[in-house]
Amino acid sequence: MDFIVKANLKRGDNYSLLKLAPVKGNMPQVKPGQFVQVEVPNSKSTYLRRPISINYADSHELWLLVRRAGAGTASLCNAPESSVLSVVLPLGNGFTTDVKGTALLIGGGVGTAPLLMLGSRLAAHGVDVHFLLGARSMGDLLQLDLFRQTAEVHVATEDGSLGHKGLVTTHPVLRNENITHIACCGPMPMMKAVAAIARERGINCEVSLENMMACGLGACLCCVEDTKDEGNVCVCTEGPVFNINRLKW
Amino acid sequence: MVDLSVKIGSLTLKNPVMTASGTFGYGEEFADFIDLSRLGGIIVKGTTLNPRQGNPYPRMAETPSGMLNAVGLQNKGVEYFASNIYPRIKDLDTRVIVNVSGASIDDYVGVCERLQGLDKVAAIEVNISCPNVKQGGMSFGTTCDGCESVVSAVRKAWDRTMIVKLTPNVTDITEIARAAEAAGADAVSLTNTFLGMAIDVERQRPCLSTITGGLSGACIRPIAVRMVWQVANAVKVPVVGLGGIMNGRDAVEFMLAGATAVQIGTANFIDPQVTVKAVEYIEDYMKRHGITSCAELTGAMKV
Repeated sequence: MDFIVKANLKRGDNYSLLKLAPVKGNMPQVKPGQFVQVEVPNSKSTYLRRPISINYADSHELWLLVRRAGAGTASLCNAPESSVLSVVLPLGNGFTTDVKGTALLIGGGVGTAPLLMLGSRLAAHGVDVHFLLGARSMGDLLQLDLFRQTAEVHVATEDGSLGHKGLVTTHPVLRNENITHIACCGPMPMMKAVAAIARERGINCEVSLENMMACGLGACLCCVEDTKDEGNVCVCTEGPVFNINRLKW
Repeated sequence: MVDLSVKIGSLTLKNPVMTASGTFGYGEEFADFIDLSRLGGIIVKGTTLNPRQGNPYPRMAETPSGMLNAVGLQNKGVEYFASNIYPRIKDLDTRVIVNVSGASIDDYVGVCERLQGLDKVAAIEVNISCPNVKQGGMSFGTTCDGCESVVSAVRKAWDRTMIVKLTPNVTDITEIARAAEAAGADAVSLTNTFLGMAIDVERQRPCLSTITGGLSGACIRPIAVRMVWQVANAVKVPVVGLGGIMNGRDAVEFMLAGATAVQIGTANFIDPQVTVKAVEYIEDYMKRHGITSCAELTGAMKV
């Protein structure tokens, strides 16, 4: 599906928020936690599409929050307004939205992106939503205003420039005994540490993996994760969101 | 009117565009993007006698104009294919071709015996060229004796069309192609991936869990075109060309070099509709050049 870049908003030195609209027709229905595969425009050194999580979507708009990590994402971050991007969507399973009680949505770095939509969906269903957002520094915390409009926000920065000083896993909100559900997206060490805490406390926990992908459609079998029930499964089709009980970590 | 149909042994395809094994799943994965009945054939994922978990993650590394993979033939085995996947795809209005792999000759024969009972499997592609498995795989495809022993054993167990998929990781691919032809292959397909390797220089570690893997994508195309040309001049059986085809133009290039049909692989990851676009391109190309049948295109390069 072709999308036109309506706006490309720089966020700090390393991030761009791309606001896209379909060239023709409406956006398909999207679940929080699903992702897209974007063709990289005008790139000499990359070959494959880039999987990017969906930050926000409605019937006529799609937001992608892109971190400049390599040549492909750098090219996406520089996509000019009015240019056209080829996007395959929606892909993957998404987060569970059938949640009751208190949900803690934990995001690290650009991993916060899919939690915004999840939080607003859960809040609309009457779930008590808390965000716990972590980053190296204040400048890496993105969309704080939107998160704050959606639910209560807790912040951890490694340098202490905003909120709790330290990793998200040391934030006092994790000791809130009312938490019944955790959804987490961020760097692998963070997700593993959160999963260990959830397991210890007996809290239902989902994580969103970002294994390297080629096709995004379950055909190439490159992005596999080892599971307890079925061995290697594709993160692109069986995930990217997994309940930690399925994973071997 | 142009006639897009091609013949591979006794098998007729409605057009020369097939999907390469391991890049198109079982076809169903792409049903949201294209009308599968517009394909000449679907070559399904490499199938082995017993289920295989494949290699550990990471299995993929992007490279200049291509990618390395080290999937290692992950599949649920031929019995699972026969009872669970075949019923869902057998009535597709295209040719279903099963890629057959094994660690031993008995494995290949066992898979073929199970497939023999599935009427809608139009052909098999015997994979003697997978670079990512410890036993079997490419080792059968790198010597004439190895190739001959697998192909002649499979020939006894399979009476429909047999395509033998060759590895490019040999000194002279024409020798292996001749051995396959002599042992009873109805066609050869080439090339499978090129053995390659990439290193994460910051971490000083290999990009793939298996250290080496198979290189595919546009970067291999000129080498694959050269090999198809060489093999087409060395054997009488049809040659199926593949290796870095990104669009219809590239497909025509392989046919001009001597391919009767083509397979599109890695390009499916970048454009899920590439196969159907290639069919349209070939039809238009033939009209523009006053060519009425695909057979006229095969080996039509002028020198």
